[in-house]
Amino acid sequence: MAFSQPIERPGHILAVAEPLQLESGAVLPSYQIGYQTYGTLNADRSNAILVCHALTGDQYVADTHPITGKPGWWATLVGPGKVIDTDRYYVICSNALGGCLGTSGPKEPNPTTGLPWALDFPVITIGDMVAAQQKLIDHLGIDQLFCVIGGSMGGMQVLHWATAYPERVFAAVPVATASRHSAQNIAFHEVGRQAIMADPDWCNGDYIRQGRRPQRGLAVARMAAHVTYLSEAALHRKFGRNLQDRQRFTYGFDADFQVENYLRYQGTAFVERFDANSYLYITRATDYFDLAAEHDGVLAAAFRRTRARYCVISFTSDWLYPTTESRAIVKALNAVAGDVSFVEIETDSGHDAFLLEQPEFFRTLHGFLDGCAKHRGLR
Amino acid sequence: MVGATAVPAEPRGLRGDLKLIADLVAPRSRVLDIGCGEGELLAYLTQTKAIDGRGMELSQAGVNACVRNGLSVIQGDADNDLEAYPSGAFDYVVLSQTLQATRRPRQVLESLARIGRHAIVSLPNFGYWRVRLSLLIEGRMPRSTLLSHAWYDTPNIHLCTIRDFLSLAAELGITIEQAQMLDQHGHAYRLRAESWAANFLSAQGVFLLCRP
Repeated sequence: MAFSQPIERPGHILAVAEPLQLESGAVLPSYQIGYQTYGTLNADRSNAILVCHALTGDQYVADTHPITGKPGWWATLVGPGKVIDTDRYYVICSNALGGCLGTSGPKEPNPTTGLPWALDFPVITIGDMVAAQQKLIDHLGIDQLFCVIGGSMGGMQVLHWATAYPERVFAAVPVATASRHSAQNIAFHEVGRQAIMADPDWCNGDYIRQGRRPQRGLAVARMAAHVTYLSEAALHRKFGRNLQDRQRFTYGFDADFQVENYLRYQGTAFVERFDANSYLYITRATDYFDLAAEHDGVLAAAFRRTRARYCVISFTSDWLYPTTESRAIVKALNAVAGDVSFVEIETDSGHDAFLLEQPEFFRTLHGFLDGCAKHRGLR
Repeated sequence: MVGATAVPAEPRGLRGDLKLIADLVAPRSRVLDIGCGEGELLAYLTQTKAIDGRGMELSQAGVNACVRNGLSVIQGDADNDLEAYPSGAFDYVVLSQTLQATRRPRQVLESLARIGRHAIVSLPNFGYWRVRLSLLIEGRMPRSTLLSHAWYDTPNIHLCTIRDFLSLAAELGITIEQAQMLDQHGHAYRLRAESWAANFLSAQGVFLLCRP
């Protein structure tokens, strides 16, 4: 069983021996953070960019994934000579708390029992993820991050970083994200969680000890979620009503259509690299995210202490985190006369656009980072 | 490689009224440029006066070009997006050649005076003699270098004369600290804004305003 044994991890692991106070009130007695770094930290430690990954992402932002063997999920953006230039910046990416690639989460052993945490792992929030990341940044000896950037759930972490630790963030780039999870997004997450929990192999979360894996449930969760990452136009452009390796309908429930085949592939590929309980915990963390709620319902109040230069980016066809959500963030920043840029990128690729090579997105980000670097006095 | 262009080291020639506006701005001040286009004025002020600049622009292409050049600019418009800003947030709020294209110029002008310690407004003068003449003689809606659109597709839905503008400012209790009249090429006239000649001879005006 792949998950019953520690997988080989080429990256770094930071073990934190002190407890982490969680927003729920629970305490994580100790924890570890899996992370990757790229480039070199400069002498005055001012060139660090923290990349925050999305829901099912991980720390392998720019190098080969240890399980799938695929290139890093933002390898088009991060690397030598690229927009996030690792010849210029020191790039850090850590696996989120609750994740399944080296950072403490439900599949890691509970230090008190030595057995996998499973559902005994405390429920975590975006704030908890950032609190854990903060320890990593301390460990790396960085007082202020030059930039924190991330899309989707990564964007939520960016917003939390810049508002909860304003003195530690020089520039913030929340991409395709929102200041709170909408009812629709919570609803989609609930569908995914129910799919996992309905799989008999889930075993009330105890599948690792019982030597089983809820692969079908997790795959269905991924398939449903994947549809929300695309757009009607993108699905039509890619697949239309094309049939999969056949000339006519089979009049059965095989994958007649290319789009079905594609989704099945997405589901199967996902379960190879992701833990079902992690999916429950991480989707829950994003559901709980509501930046305004932490400030008496006034979003602008969240940004009152912020000092960062923001670049808010949305995509026209993203219906999971639509432009209106980004605009709400911009409006709140305007209300405190914050330093904010906002661009909406035209694309039919839906929410997934932030992971794809989008020339206008890349040019905008390059210009923003370059401008910030000048202000920060980076060479 | 990313084809981002840096802010030009040598600012190219600014539009006449923009140059005048730039001269009104004090160094190292906070400036909000509404309708900033591709950021010509903000880039010029950032380089020559080290201002802390922000911009707002309606066209997404304009916004993206600004951000690519390292300017802090958001997509928005004067009618809808000024209310969010707190009072006195900027030293200068600039609105150049745009007031006449807003849906509610009176409220926009009030917002400018509220958000900025100073507001700088430039606008075309519908009392300009060529405008008057073309209506009087030709009997056609006037078109000129400043008012280049046909009547059916013009964004300029609230045109006014210099005199109209002065009276609105007075009505809102807004003080005019400086006024500069310009010809159609952006060259300055030595005329008092309140004069009959200013309202007749100048093609546009640039005003430095402050709230009461």
